[in-house]
Amino acid sequence: MVELRLPRNSTIGVGKTFPAPSGAKNVRTFRIYRWSPDDDKNPVIDSYEVDVDTVGPMVLDAIIHIKNEIDPTLTFRRSCREGICGSCAMNIDGENTLACLKPIKSIEGDIKIYPLPHMPVVKDLVTNLDGAYAQLRSIQPWMKADTAPPPDGERRQSIEERAKLDGLWECILCFCCTTSCPSYWWNGDRYLGPSVLLAAYRWIADSRDEHTGERLDELEDTFKLYACRTIMNCTQTCPKGLNPAKAIGHIKELQLVRKL
Amino acid sequence: MNAHDPHIDVMRSHLGRARGLGAGHSGAGHWWAERASSAVLLPLSTWFVVQMFRLGGASRADVVEWGGKPVNATMLIALIVATFYHARLGLQVIVDDYVHGHAHLPTRLLIKFGTFLLGLLGVISVIRLVVAHGSTK
Ligand code: SF4
Ligand code: SF4
Ligand code: FES
Repeated sequence: MVELRLPRNSTIGVGKTFPAPSGAKNVRTFRIYRWSPDDDKNPVIDSYEVDVDTVGPMVLDAIIHIKNEIDPTLTFRRSCREGICGSCAMNIDGENTLACLKPIKSIEGDIKIYPLPHMPVVKDLVTNLDGAYAQLRSIQPWMKADTAPPPDGERRQSIEERAKLDGLWECILCFCCTTSCPSYWWNGDRYLGPSVLLAAYRWIADSRDEHTGERLDELEDTFKLYACRTIMNCTQTCPKGLNPAKAIGHIKELQLVRKL
Repeated sequence: MNAHDPHIDVMRSHLGRARGLGAGHSGAGHWWAERASSAVLLPLSTWFVVQMFRLGGASRADVVEWGGKPVNATMLIALIVATFYHARLGLQVIVDDYVHGHAHLPTRLLIKFGTFLLGLLGVISVIRLVVAHGSTK
């Protein structure tokens, strides 16, 4: 049915404030979503005042500082701290992005940090992405070819063929786009979402793959592919500057080309 | 099992859930029809608006006379069919987005049937104009 009420624990309370150390010069307030499965409480927003002169330039630097120096209970994911692993995806200043690529300076006022939208929260800024990972597996993101590779080397591509993968291979599967997509919010159980569709197109566009038709067959579905309404949130939010909406458009085009 | 353990009603694997019932192999037609019908509606509705301006202030008999002419009647029926067909496709998208669970199928049927009836009403009205036109000759 149409859901008119929000779930009980979507009401967010006011949490603790951790004041800046005395003598701090350049203080910015980080207002961070906190929720723990261990008690039966609703989420709260904790405020951390940080002297940003003492930390690195990115939002991730600040929250690592908060965890190390102010509040060790703050929970988030991070690994590479240079925009390549995709772990630190979160909603900063109202936009899904990578904390390690988001400069503190680019944000005006308080820095508001929430987990990726519309995913089950494991704790604080950590969301459960199992469903999205399974959707990625479902499109079989690996090369499928029946022709044996040349015995003396790798499968070859022309420069033009290889160029078709640009703008696709760079995706780091951070799911910033998928969790920004209203269509995915409403129908994430059936719609694959921009991240997985970009990955699907990456294999459809690969000249070495020989299962293009099967891949298109698997995607031709009112929800899996066509629940994309071209809202473009995905492209706007992608911290790697990729264009999932365009990749989805290409898939829809190919579905048509093979029918007309 | 501990009596305090919460009940888990879905234990199916995430991959099983992601694959779901597989692809329905039907989306492309809908997507294409939505675009094609909106392209068709563009000239048809422009024609209609222009005609309405031309007929502004005309008497009822004049309008009936106008609507009964074969070319106008053809254009009107094409416009009505395209409009309600397009409305059906568009409303289906809204239902797919916002109506979930058991209500989904009946709502979809309601839209199919509703837009069909409204379109039919329009077409029959135009046919009446044509018939009226023919009998006054
Ligand atoms: S397309 Fe961009 S936002 Fe989406 S998963 Fe890939 S890198 Fe992240
Ligand atoms: S373009 Fe498609 S995938 Fe991207 S945000 Fe919009 S509906 Fe989602
Ligand atoms: S820590 Fe790896 S992408 Fe941010």
